[in-house]
Amino acid sequence: MPLGLLKYGLSSGHPAKRFLSARPELKSNYDVVIIGGGGHGLATAYHLARYHGIRNVAVFEKGYIGGGNTGRNTAIIRSNYLTPEGVAFYEESVSLYRQLSQELDYNILYTERGHFTLAHNDASMRTSRWRAEVNKHLGIDSELVYRDDLARLIPQLNLSEDVRYPILGALYHPPGAIARHDAVAWGYAGRAAEMGVEIHQDTTVTDIEVTDGRVTGVVTDRGRVSCGKAVQAVAGASTIIADMVGLKLPIRTIPLQACVSQPHKPILDPIIVSGSLHVYISQSDRGEFVMGGSTDPYPRYQTSSSLDFIEGLMSHVLELLPHLAEVQVMRQWGGMTDMTPDFAPIMGETAVENYYIDAGWGTWGFKATPVCGKRMAEMVATGRVPSVIAPFRLSRFENFDQVGEKGAASVGH
Amino acid sequence: MKQINCPLNGVRNIQEFAHGGEVVTQPDPNRCSDAEWAEYIFMEENKAGVVHEWWCHVATAYWFIAERDTIKDEIIRTYDAGEQFKDRVDFTRPEEPKD
Repeated sequence: MPLGLLKYGLSSGHPAKRFLSARPELKSNYDVVIIGGGGHGLATAYHLARYHGIRNVAVFEKGYIGGGNTGRNTAIIRSNYLTPEGVAFYEESVSLYRQLSQELDYNILYTERGHFTLAHNDASMRTSRWRAEVNKHLGIDSELVYRDDLARLIPQLNLSEDVRYPILGALYHPPGAIARHDAVAWGYAGRAAEMGVEIHQDTTVTDIEVTDGRVTGVVTDRGRVSCGKAVQAVAGASTIIADMVGLKLPIRTIPLQACVSQPHKPILDPIIVSGSLHVYISQSDRGEFVMGGSTDPYPRYQTSSSLDFIEGLMSHVLELLPHLAEVQVMRQWGGMTDMTPDFAPIMGETAVENYYIDAGWGTWGFKATPVCGKRMAEMVATGRVPSVIAPFRLSRFENFDQVGEKGAASVGH
Repeated sequence: MKQINCPLNGVRNIQEFAHGGEVVTQPDPNRCSDAEWAEYIFMEENKAGVVHEWWCHVATAYWFIAERDTIKDEIIRTYDAGEQFKDRVDFTRPEEPKD
């Protein structure tokens, strides 16, 4: 068998197929230029090509696809938000995620685990009940559970009352899931490229041309291209790119750190989050414990990781799951997040005609990848703003009409 | 652990401090437009490079200004806000415009 496989692999009759062409030459003109080759930008390109017949599309990525926050998040997918706008939006994303492996013919390892947001005080219990009721009203599977339920559902959890923050209950969201985040970017990129979308990795956008209030071209370190429309989807660098067209954003770039342990046999099925303790933890399909916490205490354009973070995180993880004490951390990293004042994203039109923005994804961007791609593409193709993303327009700030999602951010920030 | 040289308390661990955002000039709330006020409240320079921002030493509730490099993560200089804000703010209520 192994010999047969080797023979097959080395035979010239079955040449290895490149997933993406190396780096195509730039054309002089594109219908749509997408700045940023993360999940959001690639999903937008895929939807433009697949559902709107717009295939003269270029994606410019400074590094490699999915190398930014798409590959740095902790891959949690859920829709148990707090505001009706948020719930409707993320629910559409969950329903798209559920069939994404089939849609892309590429396994994104989507697994529903159940998502628990632990409550350690009366205020958290109240918010959990509030979220559960909003969720149920909008058809989301979400409920408040108590200590006896938790003892049955997560026997691994330390329910002792003899700790600093005893657990009182949790918001339980059975459809909460995880997926392989790299695969999401690769799947969208591969299918988009098959339909003619050009994906230019290692290509930095250095300027954006605006003529008479309308975007006309994009300048890169490999030359200039004209474009009919442009979309920016560059979490972490949103302010820098928006500045090229003269837009000011309500965003602070703040690092968020995470880490994984060495792989172990499967012992933890659900995803556990604690807002009060600033912890979220799940076990990946490869057996690694994936752990994250709150954002760093001040803004930086940096992805370095710190000992302060890992010490603080582990002290809280061990309060919840003391039996992980012997588990060793394997890797730690940081990503730059776009934090907005109302903890909701920014999607939609801008003051510059034909220039669309997809930013402000803070710590909630990965779970929105499919719906964001679908709706951003719809907006770019039709010129109309889909109602599900209309509440997240950039102009909501100057009209004092924000979408308050802080209560549903997975951990306090 | 990073440290900040507090103008009042000397060198202390960064965990004793809270970040307070960019130093910006407040427009006159009685005369500016809603758009100007919204920009003051929500919009950020969010510069990659050297920024001027408010920091607070929490234990002593002392606010000061720091020059910080957001790419290198280095605090370049800290100084008392009095170096920059020399005039008292007038909080008297302006006269209501007559109909």
